Amino acid sequence: MLLRHTPKEITDRKILTINPAKTCQPIGAMYAALGIHNCLPHSHGSQGCCAYHRSTLTRHYKEPVMAATSSFTEGASVFGGQANLVQAIDNIFTIYEPDVIAVHTTCLSETIGDDIPQIARKAEADGKIPPGKYVIHVNTPSYVGTHVTGFAGMTKAMVDYFAESAGKKINQINIIPGYVEPSDMEEIRRIAEVMGVRTVLFPDTSGVLNRPQTGKYDMFPPGGVTVEALKSTGNSQATIALGQLASGPAARALDSKCKVPCEILDLPIGLKATDRFVDTLRRTAGTDVPDTINIERGRLLDIITDMHQYFYGKKVALAGDPDQLIALTEFLVSIDMWPIHIVSGTVDKDFQARIKEITQYVPHPVNVGIPGDLFLLHQWIKNEPVDLLVGNTYMKYISRDEDIPLVRFGFPVLDRIGHGYFPTVGYRGGMRLLEKILDVLLDRQDRDAKEESFELVM
Amino acid sequence: MSATVFDERRNQIHRKGDTPFDLACDKDSLAGAVSQRACVFCGSRVVLYPIADALHLVHGPIGCAAYTWDIRGALSSGPELHRLSFSTDLRERDIIFGGEDKLYRALIELIDRHAPQAAFVYSTCIVGIIGDDLEGVSRRVEKEKGIPVIPVQSEGFKGNKRAGYHAACRAMFRLTGSGGTSAISAKSINILGDFNLAGELWIIRRYYERMGIEVVANVTGDGRVADLQRAHGAALNVVQCSGSTMDLAKMMQAEYGTPFLRVSYFGVEDMAESLYTVARFFEDLDPEIVSRTRELVKEELESLYPELEKYRSALAGKKAAIYVGGAFKAFSLIKAFRLVGMDVVLVGSQTGTKEDYQELYEITDRGTVIVDDTNPLELSSFLQDRHVDVFVGGVKERPIAYKLGVGFCDHNHERKTVLAGFQGMLNFAKEVHSSVMSPVWRFVPRHTTNSTPGSEEPASVPERLTAAGGA
Ligand code: SF4
Ligand code: SF4
Repeated sequence: MLLRHTPKEITDRKILTINPAKTCQPIGAMYAALGIHNCLPHSHGSQGCCAYHRSTLTRHYKEPVMAATSSFTEGASVFGGQANLVQAIDNIFTIYEPDVIAVHTTCLSETIGDDIPQIARKAEADGKIPPGKYVIHVNTPSYVGTHVTGFAGMTKAMVDYFAESAGKKINQINIIPGYVEPSDMEEIRRIAEVMGVRTVLFPDTSGVLNRPQTGKYDMFPPGGVTVEALKSTGNSQATIALGQLASGPAARALDSKCKVPCEILDLPIGLKATDRFVDTLRRTAGTDVPDTINIERGRLLDIITDMHQYFYGKKVALAGDPDQLIALTEFLVSIDMWPIHIVSGTVDKDFQARIKEITQYVPHPVNVGIPGDLFLLHQWIKNEPVDLLVGNTYMKYISRDEDIPLVRFGFPVLDRIGHGYFPTVGYRGGMRLLEKILDVLLDRQDRDAKEESFELVM
Repeated sequence: MSATVFDERRNQIHRKGDTPFDLACDKDSLAGAVSQRACVFCGSRVVLYPIADALHLVHGPIGCAAYTWDIRGALSSGPELHRLSFSTDLRERDIIFGGEDKLYRALIELIDRHAPQAAFVYSTCIVGIIGDDLEGVSRRVEKEKGIPVIPVQSEGFKGNKRAGYHAACRAMFRLTGSGGTSAISAKSINILGDFNLAGELWIIRRYYERMGIEVVANVTGDGRVADLQRAHGAALNVVQCSGSTMDLAKMMQAEYGTPFLRVSYFGVEDMAESLYTVARFFEDLDPEIVSRTRELVKEELESLYPELEKYRSALAGKKAAIYVGGAFKAFSLIKAFRLVGMDVVLVGSQTGTKEDYQELYEITDRGTVIVDDTNPLELSSFLQDRHVDVFVGGVKERPIAYKLGVGFCDHNHERKTVLAGFQGMLNFAKEVHSSVMSPVWRFVPRHTTNSTPGSEEPASVPERLTAAGGA
C-alpha cells in the first residue's frame, strides 16, 4: 500500500497541500507558447524551474521540449534580472533564431519585481530584437493561480501582443481550443474544416508536441499558429472559446481590443458539449452540419445505446482542471454514471455551482473539492468507494491501493501514450473515451467474475 | 557538418587531440541558453528523498513540490512516506506577510498525523527572498515534537545541483552522532551515494554482507533516520558518485574521524575494484576477507561473462555518447562501454569540476569530444556529427536522441532495471543492446544533415557560429 499513510478520517486542513491536483503557472504558459510557430518559450527566473517544466512536458509528450531560461544567480535575485533577460534575448535571437520569444516569469522574478515590458523595451532600444521579431510576455507567479491560469495568460498575451483590427472583417472564425492535447487541437480544427469553416486556431500545439519520427531534430517544428495568423484574429467574424478558465480571458480580450464578438463554451467533451460546439460553429459561420459529422455523432450515440447497461449507476471519482471536469462530468451523467467525488486544485468561482447543476439528478450525494488535492480525494474514496477513477497519472497510487480501475485523462500522463495522438474532444473523442472506460470496467468484470458466470459475449 | 555553439561556450567544449586540454567549467549557465541543468533544490531533493521514514516538506509555491513528487524510483523496503508530496503551497498572502506561521502549522499537523522519525524542510527560491526563518521554525517544532526537524537551505538560485547536494549533506550531517553505536561491529561501513533505484542498493548491500561486513546506514537509498543517527559508529564510509554525498563523508571525517573511500558500483572492473578496496581496508581485522571477496567476485564473474559475451559480439565497434549529471558516473560508463567493445565519442556532464574533466580527458580516446553544461542544439549536432549509436542521458535528452534515430539508455532517475553491481553490468549491456539493435532504426532515416536551424542558414549568423573542436 503505497499510500498507506493516508488516513480514512478526514481532518480540516487549510495550510497544506498533499499530493496536489494542480501545478504551477509557468508550465501552462510554456505549453501555450509552444503552440506558436517558431517560438521559443523563455522562463525568466532560475534554471531549476525551467528544467522542471521542460522535464514534465517531455515526460507527458515524449517529445523534445525547448525553452530557454534567464539562469538567475544570487546577483540577479538581489539586483533584479534585467541584465540576464536582455542578454538572453540577444543570445536567443542570435543563435536559435525564433520569430517570437515568449517570456513567462517565475515566483522568483515576480517577487523581486522585474518589469518584463520595461526590460523588453530596453532590449529593443539596445537593438537586441531584430526587425520582424517579437518578445511577448505574461506574468506567472505561482503563488497565484495554477498551470491553467498560466496557459490562459499566455493565450491572452497572444491577443494582447498580436491581434490587430484593420477595420474590415474577413471570412474566418477564431477558435481558442483551451488547455487540451495537441490531438484535441487537431480534431477541433478538423471538425471546423469538415464544416467548411475557415478558422484561426490558437494556440495550436499539434505538429509541435506530437511529431512524427523523421530522423531529424528540429528545434522549431512545423506546427504552431503563425504570427501572421495571430495578427489576423482581430479581423475575424467571431471567436469561439472552449473552456471558460483557459480560453475565456483571451476571447474577452479580443472582444474588447478588436471588437470580435465571442462565445465561450464548455470544452467539447461528450455528446452534449460537442452538440453545442458544432451548433455554435454552424450558427456563427452560417454553414450546415455535413453528413460526416452527423455520422460521427450517430456512432457515438450507437455505442452509448449498445453498452448503456454497463454505465448505469457506476460511481466515479474525478480529479483534474475545472474546464475538463465540467465537460466530463456532464458526459458521465448523460450516460447514467454517477460522478460522486470531484476535486481540482484550480479555483474557478463558478465551478461548484456548475457541477451541482449538472449532477442535480444524480441519486447520490456529490463531493466537490475546490481547491482540493488527491489526498482529500483518496480520503473521500476510502469513505465512499467508487467503481472508476478518471484523472492524471498520479491517480495510479489510489487506483492500486484501493483496487479501482483508472482511466488516464488530463495533465500529466507520464506512464501511457496516446493522448498526443488520439483526441477526447468531439464525437470521435467521445467514442475513444467510452472505449477506454468500457475497457477498464469490463476487464474488471471479467477479472472478478466467478467461473460459472464468466461471460464470452458482453 | 559543424556543431552549433554559443561563442561564449567555446571553451566549455573540447575535442581530445586538438589543443592542450583546458576545459572551462563550474560556470553559471549562459542566460538564454536552453540549458539541461537543474537547481539547488533539485539536488537536495533527489539526495534526501529516499529517506523513507522522514517527512519531506517543501516550503514554497506548489510547482517545486509537484515536479519532485516521486520522480525518482528510489525503493523502500518499509515506510513509503517519501512518496507523498507535501507542500506549504505558498500563496500571494504568504509572500507578502511571510510563510513562517504556515510552515509551523503544517509541520505540527504532519508530524501529528504521520509520526515521522525526522522532518526535512526544503526552502525554495522564494523563501530565500521573503526571508522566512526556517531555522527558527524548525527549532521550535523540534522542541515541541521531540523529533529532529532539519531545514535544507536549497534556494534554487544559489547555484546548481551540486550546491544542492552540499545542502543535503549538511542536513544529513545534523542527524549523525545522536544514535547509540555500541552494538556496531568493527567491520562496518556506511554506503554513501546509492539511491536504490530499481533496488540496486540491496544488491550492493548483499555483496558487503557476504564479505562479512556490517552495513550501518544506507545513504540514502532505502534510508532510515535511525541508521543515519548511528552512522558515525561505522568504521568506514564508502562513497559512490563523488558529487552527491562526498561532502557528508568529508564532514564525518572531520567530525568523527571516519575515513572514506571512493568507489563505483558500475561496470565490472569498478565494481570488483570497489569490493577489493573495502576488503583491503579491513584486512588487518580479518585476514580472510580478501580471499572471500575474491571468491565472491569470481562467482559473480563466472556467471556473468558467458552471458555478457552474447551482447559484446553484437555491440563491438558501435559508438556511444554520454551526457550525465555528475562527471563521476561518466568514468564508470566509459569503462563499461569499453567492456562491451564500444567507443565513447562524446562525454559530458552538467556539473563536472576541473578535476573531473581532467580525469575524463585522461581516460578517453583521442578524438572524443568533452563538454560541460551543453544544450540540445549542441547535443543534436554532436550526435549526428559523430554518428552515435546510443546515447546515455537524462529525461530531457531522450526524445532528442529518438527524433534523430539514435538509441538511448537512461542512466538516471528513470532507469527501470538495476545497473549497478555485476548483475547491473549485464542489464546495462542488455539495455544498450535492446536500443542499439532495435529494428526500429531500419525504418528511420539516420544522420541526415540540415536539421538544426543554425546549419540550415549559416549565412544569417556567420560570426556567432563556430565549428566546435575543429570538426
Ligand atoms: S518556483 Fe514557482 S515557478 Fe518555479 S517551479 Fe516552483 S512554483 Fe513553479
Ligand atoms: S523556484 Fe527555485 S527552488 Fe523551485 S524549482 Fe525553481 S529554481 Fe528550483
